[in-house]
Amino acid sequence: MTDSGYSHGHAAHCESGVMSLMMRHHGLQLSEAMAFGLSGALMFAYLPFVKLGGMPLIAYRRMPRAIIKGLQKNLGIKMKMQTFSRPAQGTDRLDALLAAGKVVGAQTSVFWLPYFPAEMRFHFNAHNLIVYGKQAGEYLISDPVFEAPVRCLAADLQKARFVKGVMAPKGLLYYPLSVPATIDYAAIIPGIIKKNARAMLKTPVPIAGIRGIRALARAIGRLGQQELRYAKLFLGHIVRMQEEIGTGGAGFRFIYASFLQEAGRLINNPRLAEASELMTAVGDQWREFALLLAKAIRGKKSQIIDFAALQAKLEDIAEAEAAVYRKLLAEL
Amino acid sequence: MDNSHVPQHNISTYAHNKKAIYATDNNGDYTIVASSGWDVEEEATRQALTELERLAADAFVRVLTGEMSPLYFHMYNRRMDLQVLAESTGLFKWRIRRHFRPRIFARLAARMLARYADALGLSTGDLGRLPPAGCSDD
Repeated sequence: MTDSGYSHGHAAHCESGVMSLMMRHHGLQLSEAMAFGLSGALMFAYLPFVKLGGMPLIAYRRMPRAIIKGLQKNLGIKMKMQTFSRPAQGTDRLDALLAAGKVVGAQTSVFWLPYFPAEMRFHFNAHNLIVYGKQAGEYLISDPVFEAPVRCLAADLQKARFVKGVMAPKGLLYYPLSVPATIDYAAIIPGIIKKNARAMLKTPVPIAGIRGIRALARAIGRLGQQELRYAKLFLGHIVRMQEEIGTGGAGFRFIYASFLQEAGRLINNPRLAEASELMTAVGDQWREFALLLAKAIRGKKSQIIDFAALQAKLEDIAEAEAAVYRKLLAEL
Repeated sequence: MDNSHVPQHNISTYAHNKKAIYATDNNGDYTIVASSGWDVEEEATRQALTELERLAADAFVRVLTGEMSPLYFHMYNRRMDLQVLAESTGLFKWRIRRHFRPRIFARLAARMLARYADALGLSTGDLGRLPPAGCSDD
């Protein structure tokens, strides 16, 4: 489906998907995996003191907007980003941009978008989508986590853009002001990858990067002291953050492996292809871990969950993932 | 992950949608595969949905028995908790907690009711009562 020459694409994750589609619309071929990897957004964080819906924050990537900001910095893209204090202003601005033929990125809540099925509607305020037109009071929306374009009533989109709370979108709209025609990948790729690897290995805080994975492993080991219902919800929460929220599988580790492979070809570096294979193997381990968690949740009341085994599995993953970053740091 | 191993379990929590998964083809090249879901993910999402339904159903009973005001039910029925409702309305938690008391809720000013109604996406009329069929998703 096209309007103003825009074409939709299916992506794993909203923010990297939006940036990939938007760059393509402006003539820069950038796959979702490249958008994700080049922004340096791969991460792990376990923040037990930040509670969302009664569960600690567990993230397999950097904060929302990190992909947009990382790409601006690393690729020299200039973005216009605008928030609004009044909903009506935000809607007027969006309509004016669309009337001018622009394709516009927007941050929204997930819960208040009616085209999401009820099963997927949770209170998450940092969803990203592209608005590419308006017809008869409905916005034409390219939501990259959906296979096909969708439509949304103007009043509903306004509600979703102006929810208040954690990571409130404040009606955020964004679009590129300038996009480089070509990018000297050989010059920038090694630095971006090494910086990300260093951030994963050498965090100053014990709750981010590899140390964050280990901290989560220890927290799982202690779950036996908690009420069983809470322990199971905690384990389910990990699976949701790793798989449900649109990570391309294994909490962005497969997307990153795809990025390493594509980057290796672009700059003709076989070390990156090797690292990609290792990262795929790490992703496979994360999937095995999710499977163990699902079995633990499913178990009958009388069944005892082997928290120590889950902890050990996650510690193995931390070690395997750290080895990939060490290799990247040593060989690039 | 090999693309032949990408789960296609037609899971209920995707409601006939597909998500993009990254997997390698026969040559080891990464491609995007549209997946109808993994039962592992379904288990976790279903668990979360069941928990939200349990909270809404409990709240329904507590409102029905007159222990809590309808606001308490509508909060959970919109998949919120006290924290999210406080953030969505800009009110302190302790004030909202007071408004959970039926006698205090009954005396709330129209402006305060409108604030809750807006955050919860309800009319002020619906905010003041329980839906007839009990809790629903929409």
